[in-house]
Order: sequence, then C-alpha cells, then structure tokens
Amino acid sequence: MIDLEPLLLSFEVATLATCLASALGLGCAALLAMPRVWGRELLDALITAPMVLPPTVLGYYLLVLLGRESTIGHAFEALTGTSIVFTRGGVVIAATVGALPLVSKAARAALESVDLRLVGAARTLGASPARAFFTISLPLARRGIWAGMMLGFARALGDFGVTLMVAGNIPGQTRTASLAIYDSVLSGRDADATRLSLIMTVLAMSVLIGVGYLTKQRRDGF
Amino acid sequence: MVSDSLGDTRLIAELGLRRGDAERAFRLRVTLDFGPGLSVLFGPSGAGKTTILSLLAGLLRPDTGCITLAGEKLFDARAGRDCPPHQRRIALVFQSLALFPHLDALGNVAYGVPGKPSKVERAERAHAWLSRMRVAELGGRYPSSFSGGEAQRVALARALASEPRALLLDEPFSALDQGLANELSAELVDHVDALSLPTVLVTHDRNLVRTLGGEVTLLRSGRVERVGPASELLADLD
Repeated sequence: MIDLEPLLLSFEVATLATCLASALGLGCAALLAMPRVWGRELLDALITAPMVLPPTVLGYYLLVLLGRESTIGHAFEALTGTSIVFTRGGVVIAATVGALPLVSKAARAALESVDLRLVGAARTLGASPARAFFTISLPLARRGIWAGMMLGFARALGDFGVTLMVAGNIPGQTRTASLAIYDSVLSGRDADATRLSLIMTVLAMSVLIGVGYLTKQRRDGF
Repeated sequence: MVSDSLGDTRLIAELGLRRGDAERAFRLRVTLDFGPGLSVLFGPSGAGKTTILSLLAGLLRPDTGCITLAGEKLFDARAGRDCPPHQRRIALVFQSLALFPHLDALGNVAYGVPGKPSKVERAERAHAWLSRMRVAELGGRYPSSFSGGEAQRVALARALASEPRALLLDEPFSALDQGLANELSAELVDHVDALSLPTVLVTHDRNLVRTLGGEVTLLRSGRVERVGPASELLADLD
C-alpha cells in the first residue's frame, strides 16, 4: 500500500505556494510591465535568480534570512511560538521561491503582449490606471497568467533541494513526495519510489498538457 | 479673450516635443486652436499627426507647452500641471480602433459610460449609442466578427458614449472603401455638429479632406504650415 501522506502534503504545499507566488508574481509582473519603473531589471533578476541558483545556495540564504537566529525568524517565533524553518511553513516558502519566477515571467510576458493601444483607449474612456489594468490588461493576459500559475504549481509540487535545506525531512511534517522518493531509494524500497515517481510524472505531464492547451487557444482570437 | 460661450468649447494647445537622438531627431512645435465642430488635421505620414492626438489625450507628455479645454488647463509644463488621460474627458478613436476584443459591442460601448449608473442603465445608454450609430444589432457580438464599417461605428459609439468634451479621430476611415468612407464621414459630421464638440480628425487622404470641407490645418515635419478652408488649401496643393 502506498503512503499517501507525502503526496497530500506536496499537494497542500503546492496549492498554498501557488497562491502566494501568484499574488507576489502578479504584483511584480505588473510593476515590471510598466515602462518607467526604476530598477525593474534588478527586480526581475532577483525574482528569476531561483531558476539559475543551486538549490543549496537558495536554501542557505533562506536559512540565514528566516532561521531561528535571524530577525525575521526571531520575530515570527515570538509572535506564533513556532519557527519558520523546519516546519510546514518552511516547506511552503521553499516551494514559493521556486514557483515565483515561473509565475512572474509568464505573467510579465503575457501583460507585455497586451496591445498598449487598448490600455490607452481605456484610459481616454475614463479608466484609472488600476481599472485599466484589472478590466483590460489582466483579462487579456489571463491565459498566459494561468499557464504560469500551472507551471508554478508543478514546480512547487516537486521541489527538493530548497525544501531539504530549509525544512528538513521530517516524516508527517515536512516530508513531501520528492523527499519521500529520495528516502525510498536510500532505504531500498524501490517499488515505493517507482509508484511515487510515476504519480509525480503523470501530474507534471498533465500540467504541461494543460499549459500547452492554454497557450494554443491563445493564438486564435484573443 | 473671445466671448465666454465660445471660449468654453475650444481646445487650445501649444505643444513642444523632442524625440530621438541627434541623427534621427523628431521635433514637434505647434500651436493649435480647435473650435466646436469638425476640424481636420491634414499632412503626410510622419508629420506628427498621431503624436499630436496622443499628446492632447494625455497618452504622451509634451516637453513644453500647455493644453486648455473648455477654459480648463489640462496640461501646463511650466506650472507642472498634467491632468491624467482618464480625467481629461477627451475621447480618442485610434486608427486601429482598439476595440476591446474580450468585450462584446455593448460591453465596449458601456465601458466608458461616465458616472456610476446601475448595470442596467449603463447597458441601456450603451445600447442607445449603438442605435444612434445604426449598429444596435451588434450588441452581443465580439469585435473579431465585425466588418470594417461595423467596427468603425462601434468605436465611434464607444467614444461618444463616454460623453467626452473633445473627440479625436486618427485616420478614421482608412480601412474602408470609398463609398462607405463617404457615408460614414457624412454621418460623423452630423453627429459632431449636433453635439457641438471640438473634434479633430487626422488624415493624410486628400479625398477625405475634400469630402469633409471646413477648416483644415496643414501639418508638415512637426510644424503647422498653414490653416485655411479645405477648398483653398487643396487648390494650392494641386
């Protein structure tokens, strides 16, 4: 019988991380898609860094930033009584950091592809910048944004390195599906590893097919 | 100062703009004065016609100058005043029309209905404008299914439904055949006259200038070359 706990944890974490990464990523993308924002390329590089940095480096930074000895970690512990690192919260943060560049890159590209004349037309029709963003840019970019969110979800579902660094591998607490596969292999439970790997593969492939469908639809019509 | 009633409806602008580097510089320096009714801004492509419309609507910011509409300063470079486009109430019909592809005809026209009317009232007002433009039957259809003439009418309905204080039209009939262009321009003149709205129509098309008549501002390389009646201007050019 397969142990469902790591899978369910991965799902829970990926869902939360996707929500967080979407809120953050969309905010950043909206900023980045604006023509005159100081330091936009720096912000973009900062968000994109998780795609190219080794997971250990990223995990190390997060440990330094959020660990129990850090200011943030200290304040969080004083407020809630638990630490951020080596808890479920740490898993979510690790997954969010991984998902963020995928969501924000896709959202930025989608927002930048919206015809500026449509936004201009909205503005001359009395729409404030915020209204033009929510009623014109966002709906027209929605397929690209959805695709980015799905990719972010898939990425969050499978995070390994950063999670291990920041949250460890605590059964029932922080052991996600990816970590459980690693455990199974190490302890010679090949059948478990195979089953979990296959499930993860099917999930990832479904997401990719979904993304392909979304981006293909985009070519006909709007 | 002209009489108040006249000063109230004029769109007056003094615009200076510099773009590009030393090799490929574009300079614009114009003084414009448009009264109620249709005014034509005529000139070859690259003269700066579309740029002027963007400056008036507030989508581009002039380097120098000022813009006054109905006695209200919308832009003043010296005083640092720059009214954002959504507060200017100057409707701009783009050459591409820029109809919102994700909204149907009714949704497009309802988008700019001012104030905070109820949903029903908003739709009713939008429908009324579609009817006035004789495209009421398009209500639930999307822009991708419109013919050129239909799209033009919806775009005009959308602009007028926002109850603008001035209307700007960029090459409005360039995508239409001559017959339809004539028909639509005659309708446009009727609407504009009825609303006594300062309306600036930009075109490079001599035939359209001839059809529309009225006062024409000739623009060349970012400067106003002359202002005069269409017939005289065209006669001199020919």
